[in-house]
Amino acid sequence: MSQRGGFLKSTRRKERSGYWFVLPYVMFFLLFVAYPLVFSFVLIFHRWNIITPMEWIGLKNLSHLLSDPQFFRAMRNTFVFLFIHIPLEIVVALGFALLLNSKISFRGVFRALYFLPVVVSGVVVTILWQNLYSYDNGVLNTLFTRIGFPRIPWLIDSVFAMPSIAIMATWKNVGIYIVLFLVGLQNIPRDLYEAADLDGATGTKQFFHVTLPMLNPTIVLIVALSTIGGFSLFIEPYVLTGGGPMQSTMSGMLYIYNQAFYFGHMGYAATLGFVFAVIMLLVVVLQRKTIEAEAT
Amino acid sequence: MIKSMMKMFFLFAGAVVFAYPFLWMIAGSLKPELEITNLWLWTSNASFHNFRQVLTKIPIGRAFVNSMFVSLSTTMSVVVFGSMVGYALARLNFHGKKILYTLILFTMMIPFQITMIPQYILMVKLGITDSYLSLIIPTMMSAFSIIVFRQFFLSLPQALIDAARIDGCSEVRILFKLIYPLSRSTIITVALLTFMATWNDVLWPLMVIRERSLMTMPQLVTIFVIGGEAEAQLGPQLAATTLLVARASSHPGVRVFPKILHRQHGFKRHKRITE
Repeated sequence: MSQRGGFLKSTRRKERSGYWFVLPYVMFFLLFVAYPLVFSFVLIFHRWNIITPMEWIGLKNLSHLLSDPQFFRAMRNTFVFLFIHIPLEIVVALGFALLLNSKISFRGVFRALYFLPVVVSGVVVTILWQNLYSYDNGVLNTLFTRIGFPRIPWLIDSVFAMPSIAIMATWKNVGIYIVLFLVGLQNIPRDLYEAADLDGATGTKQFFHVTLPMLNPTIVLIVALSTIGGFSLFIEPYVLTGGGPMQSTMSGMLYIYNQAFYFGHMGYAATLGFVFAVIMLLVVVLQRKTIEAEAT
Repeated sequence: MIKSMMKMFFLFAGAVVFAYPFLWMIAGSLKPELEITNLWLWTSNASFHNFRQVLTKIPIGRAFVNSMFVSLSTTMSVVVFGSMVGYALARLNFHGKKILYTLILFTMMIPFQITMIPQYILMVKLGITDSYLSLIIPTMMSAFSIIVFRQFFLSLPQALIDAARIDGCSEVRILFKLIYPLSRSTIITVALLTFMATWNDVLWPLMVIRERSLMTMPQLVTIFVIGGEAEAQLGPQLAATTLLVARASSHPGVRVFPKILHRQHGFKRHKRITE
């Protein structure tokens, strides 16, 4: 057999095995990605509780959503969460990353300790903080009364409840962002600092004119990840407050879950999911544009 | 000197903030009910009473086995299929390769909010709610793992694969016998991320599992705490949560994970695609 024929044969074999390799995923994609996407779109125009036949209602789900105060409440709660969570998280994570980004003993130990809440299940963190936040004898209020502060109604006041959840989420996730900032910090070329030194820029100036702009991609990533996290908030309000007090911690996910599994409104739940997802993607894109524009 | 002392002080304060709640919880699980709210960790009346109560009230051992089985099956499947598709995308030629790659990138951007209700309905239609299948099948393959594997396989020298092909090796053997040993760190990264995500998930199990004996561990503990079973007693709640953590901290994730994240710039790059 000529060499050429052998080569052709081997490419053909290569192609066929390519199909075999991706076939399982293509089937998976059709069943668990494409079908749900199409079906979610179909559900938007139907009223359905799974048991009785589907009923076509046109745009009623969408018009109901636009006049649903609970939907707007969930939206508002999500933004309250993001408004506190994102800045707090960036400041805390960057602070610790800067501290860790120097020759320091026990660096690995500290990093691992900060990372502990990330690895632990959200359920654990939530149950733990439920006890820390307890009004009468929670750890935080006991500490506060010891040093002469008044008790704070962490989870039982509609003004405090969402910020409390935002603080808890920061505590849980900050470890991952510390590591991301550390990677970002170590990717900044040394000579930028040397040039800044030569130009007489001091520590703070270097931070604002070298470090921070160079960390821009990391900040974009962190803002996007925590926005997605904020829109996906579920177990925290589910365990801590059940969405209360006075709907102040009702998150998008929890509202979808309740609509689907307490009221059996599958069509409306799918509509909510669709709208929340679209808003989330818009927010992420907008944030990205703003942050990247600021850097230049 | 003063500067480094200050640094140490802040780092140490941070360590206390992140570690104390866990210590308080473990201490609380061993304390009698009345002493739990005490800030001090030590008690002279320590006992396993709370743990015994948890063990008699809920099938937490069974839940552990469920979680382990589901997470391990999912992880194995994600690694095997992820690497297969990743290899095909990186090193094989076939029609529709570009389209498939674009579709996979697109899949990573679909939020769970959109697919959760239709996926649940699909489980109902297939008649597999309240079974292990409903916990494993929807997460059997992940776009994220495919991309990670593809990226890594692209960095391997083509000459290596060509040599194996000339020797008459089948593509399956090339992947599993030749490339797998070279991909250990990538496999570990994907496996850890998948295992953690599956183990910690509560929302999906809450949707598809109602039967107590099939519940995953985080799900069962959630139900135990917010349902009436803990009878508003703190001790058993903390004991149940401690059992859940005991698993997590014995998990190599705590030690290895931050290191991997740190080392693998790949992670950061791929995560960015999800934005």
